[in-house]
Amino acid sequence: MDPESQSQIKAVVDRFGNEDVVVVLGAADPDALEVAGETVTSGDPAYAGPLAGVSLGLPVVHILEPEVKEQVDPQVYSEQVGLLELTLDVEAVHSAMRKLRGEG
Amino acid sequence: MRLEGRKVIALGERDGVPGEAIASCLASAGAEVVFSLTECFV
Repeated sequence: MDPESQSQIKAVVDRFGNEDVVVVLGAADPDALEVAGETVTSGDPAYAGPLAGVSLGLPVVHILEPEVKEQVDPQVYSEQVGLLELTLDVEAVHSAMRKLRGEG
Repeated sequence: MRLEGRKVIALGERDGVPGEAIASCLASAGAEVVFSLTECFV
């Protein structure tokens, strides 16, 4: 994740604290999910940006996970994510998210 | 995890779901999107 984005995420957590903030990912690539997830939980894995060594410990979910989808207005979800949901490897995303959260 | 009333960081991706699409969805779920971006992972 680029340093500017890390800086903005750090600013959000500095302002609101980490108890009320949730990160929702949208990447489809398991490697991209791992990098983004690590960055907002245990710190920048590349040790290059403002979040290097900073454990924000934020909860992380994915927009394609059922527990997120069921909370979204179905029409909005269909318009914004519907086509992508059909073309992306949703099971690979679910698997990567479980791994990211240490759920096996 | 309930999203309603929570502050959300939407980290989208160009080859996945973009940040703007995530933000629209979460707003409809009653969450407050405090930061949104669309990364390009290569």
